[in-house]
Amino acid sequence: MYSSPPPTPFFNIADITLWTLDPMLKKRDDFEDMLEERRNSSDLRYALKCYTPVLYKGLTPCKVSELKQMVLQSDQLGYVITQVSKEKGVTSDEVTGEAAAILEEMAQRLQLSTVRFFAFTLSKVFKTLFRSICINEEGLQRLQQAIHNHPVVLLPSHRSYMDFLLMSYILYTYDLALPVIAAGMDFMGMKVVGEMLRMSGAFFIRRSFGGDKLYWAVFSEYVKIMLKNGYAPVEFFLEGTRSRTAKSLTPKLGLLNIVMDPFLKGEVFDISLVPVSISYERTLEEALYARELLGVPKPKESTSGLFKARKILSEDYGSIHVYFGQPVSVRSLAESRVNRSQFNLIPRHIPTRPSEEILSFVNDSAYRLVRAQEENMVLKPWVLLAFVLLQKQAAEEKQGTALDELTEQAVWLRDLSRQYGAFLHWPDHIPPSEVVSSSLSLHRGLVRISEGRAVVILSCASYRNQALNVFIRPALLASAIHTAASNRKQEIYNSFSFLRNMFSNEFILCPGATVQDFEEACYLLVKTGTLQINQQEVLITERGHRTLAFLTSVLDPFLQGYQVVCRFLCEQDGLTEKQFIPAVRKFIIKHLLTGRLRYTEVLSSDLQKNALAALIRLGAVQKIKGNNYCFNVFPSEARNRGL
Amino acid sequence: MASNSSGSDSSDRQRIAQQRLSVIAGHLQRPVEGNSGILAAECKAQGDKLDVSSERRTVPRRRQEIMKWNGWGYSDSKFLYNKKGQAEFTGKRYRLSGMIIPGLREWMESTFSANLQHKTPAAPILNSSAVQPPTLNEAFLKELKSTGIPFSHDAEDRVFRSHGHCLHEIFALREGKIGRVPDLVVWPNCHNDVVKIVELACKHNVCLIPYGGGTSVSSALECPPEETRSIVSLDTSQMNRILWIDEKNLTAHVEAGIVGQDLERLLNESGYCTGHEPDSMEFSSLGGWVATRASGMKKNIYGNIEDLVVHIKMVTPRGVIEKSCQGPRMSTGPDVHHFIMGSEGTLGVVTEVTMKIRPMPEYQKYGSVVFPNFEMGVACLREVARQRCAPASIRLMDNEQFKFGHALKPQVSSIFTSFLDGLKKFYITKFKGFDPNRLCVATLLFEGDREKVLQHEKQVYDIAAKFGGLAAGEDNGQRGYMLTFVIAYLRDLGMDYYVIGESFETSMPWDRVLDICRNVKARIVRECKDKGVQFPPLSTCRVTQTYDAGACVYFYFAFNYRGLSDPVHVYEQVEHAAREEILANGGSLSHHHGVGKLRKEWMRESISSVGMGMLKSVKDYVDPNNIFGNRNLL
Repeated sequence: MYSSPPPTPFFNIADITLWTLDPMLKKRDDFEDMLEERRNSSDLRYALKCYTPVLYKGLTPCKVSELKQMVLQSDQLGYVITQVSKEKGVTSDEVTGEAAAILEEMAQRLQLSTVRFFAFTLSKVFKTLFRSICINEEGLQRLQQAIHNHPVVLLPSHRSYMDFLLMSYILYTYDLALPVIAAGMDFMGMKVVGEMLRMSGAFFIRRSFGGDKLYWAVFSEYVKIMLKNGYAPVEFFLEGTRSRTAKSLTPKLGLLNIVMDPFLKGEVFDISLVPVSISYERTLEEALYARELLGVPKPKESTSGLFKARKILSEDYGSIHVYFGQPVSVRSLAESRVNRSQFNLIPRHIPTRPSEEILSFVNDSAYRLVRAQEENMVLKPWVLLAFVLLQKQAAEEKQGTALDELTEQAVWLRDLSRQYGAFLHWPDHIPPSEVVSSSLSLHRGLVRISEGRAVVILSCASYRNQALNVFIRPALLASAIHTAASNRKQEIYNSFSFLRNMFSNEFILCPGATVQDFEEACYLLVKTGTLQINQQEVLITERGHRTLAFLTSVLDPFLQGYQVVCRFLCEQDGLTEKQFIPAVRKFIIKHLLTGRLRYTEVLSSDLQKNALAALIRLGAVQKIKGNNYCFNVFPSEARNRGL
Repeated sequence: MASNSSGSDSSDRQRIAQQRLSVIAGHLQRPVEGNSGILAAECKAQGDKLDVSSERRTVPRRRQEIMKWNGWGYSDSKFLYNKKGQAEFTGKRYRLSGMIIPGLREWMESTFSANLQHKTPAAPILNSSAVQPPTLNEAFLKELKSTGIPFSHDAEDRVFRSHGHCLHEIFALREGKIGRVPDLVVWPNCHNDVVKIVELACKHNVCLIPYGGGTSVSSALECPPEETRSIVSLDTSQMNRILWIDEKNLTAHVEAGIVGQDLERLLNESGYCTGHEPDSMEFSSLGGWVATRASGMKKNIYGNIEDLVVHIKMVTPRGVIEKSCQGPRMSTGPDVHHFIMGSEGTLGVVTEVTMKIRPMPEYQKYGSVVFPNFEMGVACLREVARQRCAPASIRLMDNEQFKFGHALKPQVSSIFTSFLDGLKKFYITKFKGFDPNRLCVATLLFEGDREKVLQHEKQVYDIAAKFGGLAAGEDNGQRGYMLTFVIAYLRDLGMDYYVIGESFETSMPWDRVLDICRNVKARIVRECKDKGVQFPPLSTCRVTQTYDAGACVYFYFAFNYRGLSDPVHVYEQVEHAAREEILANGGSLSHHHGVGKLRKEWMRESISSVGMGMLKSVKDYVDPNNIFGNRNLL
């Protein structure tokens, strides 16, 4: 697939509607600090304030218990219950009982009193932890309008446990309808807290229920009924889980599929999907994530664990930026993409597997939404510093960096990232050197990089990762130019296409959009004077070398990481899935110690897993299902493909 | 139909008779058709068995004598705002005629932001010079003359037969814009005349477009602009006799040009009816019903056209098609009647039809039920259909239409009635707690033995009660049905004040009724906004028929077009989008209006490529030279 030639002539910069590509022209709203008012007025009065949100215009108000009844009496569930009772040879009453139990375990019990309790305590906590929580209020106005007009799905990015409490807190503060939130079952382990979360609108779903028809039916019907009736905005995380690396994760499609279904089947006129970008200057889980990536197991969620985490309260976590993006109408996404009449010939309550057409539509939509999240992520100066520091560390400049030099490089990178459309929050009224030093002081725990400790490096990498999406396409192009045998455009495209395909588990690169991505990268690099592109050739300009060098080194850790995983696999004659991570980790440590590998961050299990998944996808490694899961490696193939 | 035409009291009859006389006088003065009378009489003699004297037929050859050339219906009947600024309906034909409608102005002003100051008057008279001179096929004409069948190439006659009643057609006429029109109009008097005309058309390669009542709303009557041959409009209106009535088998053999109101009136005189009452029955013809698969309001008792027809005679370029007997049902391969029904004039001309008739019902009773909301109303109709106890007619209007119906209430004569109305309103909204912005109303019509009607009525009201329905009186019901006939006149009033609109219909399974109603209405509103319509549109619907497996829904859509440079184009775009929405949500392309040229782009998607091929091959066999070249359907 990666070698297929692009449609000819595959780019003609003048023809592309420039403003869609030009990130500089992106309009973004201003932020307001919502904590400011909290610091100046009574939290108690705030928690007890009159709360009268705007609701969906078609809403027929109903109680939590009625909602459950509607699910249990729905045709959809009824159909599956009959089916399951026939298959298992039990009475349908029993199956219904089972369904009711599932629903009981799952359902939220949103209660305003609990929300008020959270509003009070979270105010206290947030004020201690954070300097500010900045919101784009225009986004909230758009959201309010959207809630009034159509059922709404909130899609926040997921970097921290805080995310969904924070979301509800914001919506409560701004008098918006409180969402119901799809949460992983692991929270239920925390007894009191689990119930509290339930009462603040969380509903719990099992992490895996692959073959369980009944569970799936109850779950999907529950979500759809809440959505269709406009009961509350439905909130879930497209990425499925918290990203430990601060890179966006490949979107999960299950829930998105469910929430789009009512529109596709004509049960509602439209649905608004609202991407929300939450960026933390410092995540609470910073060190935790890094340890997890290095193989220190994640502590089980428990109430007592939460109390132990109290010490977090004494630290400074900077600010949070929450950006409510433009609502995306499912109707307009589906326009001229999906033929909705495909659902005309089967009663809509009979569950059917989504067609290829629908799956690819949902997949593309998911990528679009994740990109919309990425685009509105606020980047702090520290993120840029992380780039500089990590690249220096890898270049083994052990003696530390002079502040002046660091500042110069940061300012250069600031300008570059702005040209690429990054949503950078760099205080322009303060001298750059002060910006740099104050960033360093907030993250002082990470700064003494010269020690080279893996945890610190991975934490640092996770900050750098926040801005990877800004550079990824130009970086792929830069690496493609670097590896291509000539400067012929076609050749560079081929190598771009290969790299892009290779890394599509690692970064958010929408399947099938190679040509668009290539055009976008070319456009950015030409616009910033790095490249000159004519009909046949790609030429590097005089001043373009610095940029290209930087961009190549952005991708370098990943390239080397994938290479080392390949090398590791080539030396194996099959191993089980379980063995893979520990074995590859050992292998990498050996290489790091001997100095054959420069990038400590390759130790990240996330990268290792992604590399393996990519190799399996590309057919270089085969997964054999048997008694023990083995990987059959075709080394020659792996080498053929340039690794 | 108790509500309109059957109210033909003696003065009405007298007037019609007078009109007829003047019509005849008009004919005598026209030398072009001078010899037509004699041969036509010969033709009539054949069918003289039962024929009732033709003095009382509604539709004259020269339609312009009684009908508008650029609007709906009779020239003497129209809505207007009188000097006091009150809405009034003129004429004497309808129950509403001569009455003041006090609520209409406010409704129009508030619904459309229309203003009586902003008028868009229509071109007052047809400017014959705007009509292209006819392209005549001289050889055809010469032979046609020798048959003695009346014809005309008068501009007015031709323009009258160049259109149906789609918005764009009427709008263009009001602006005095006239496109391609037929080159010649012929008025066959009987089946044999048609055979002759079709033979001549084949011989001389002339394009024939059958014309019945002219009430098409699918662009079916529009002359294809790409047609280079001479186009002859075959007007069946003079083939309007009941040839016989068979009381043993309860059938009647009727010429296909007869219009609905004449058919019913003539049968009523013998104590019978067909019970087929489409909303257009005043003007639409039996042949048109067959050619479009029409549906009547009272289909629950009498059936749709396909249930009513026993035998059809159609003249095609290949010859005459008809069955050899009148058995009530046959297993003789695919029913050839179904090639004819819905063929929309692409295969031939329907000339004679044997139809089922029924004794006139002993008793009729109207009724109405108010529901707290549309959802409950639909649920009730569904239950009525499930129990198969639908009255002759049951229709459910949504809230906007309920309000509209209210606005059309004529001025009440007594204080007592208005007091009673106030009381009813109070009871429903205050005492029963119905939200006036959500409630909706179903109108009912029961027919049959008195005893059974009352029993039936109780059954239906009992079901309605289960869905929160409250009986709301006979009056509201009757007014609802009466409005069906005057609503078409209302569009002309709207067009006088920058408001354009139309209705369109579809059918769908029960479980999709609510979804389609909601989504299509919302789509209309959104499209209007997107297309730059400055004022919120009226977007409303009603369920007009129930079936075992689904329902028929009508949408009404209108907007104030001030500020738009090409309102008709905007209108068409919105209607197009609405139809796409219907299809995407599982509704049909049409329940009974047909496809014509307006909806033909969706035919393949609707009936599959193989289905198209089947129809195409029938067309290719029956009419290889595309003599019936109106280009509908395929």
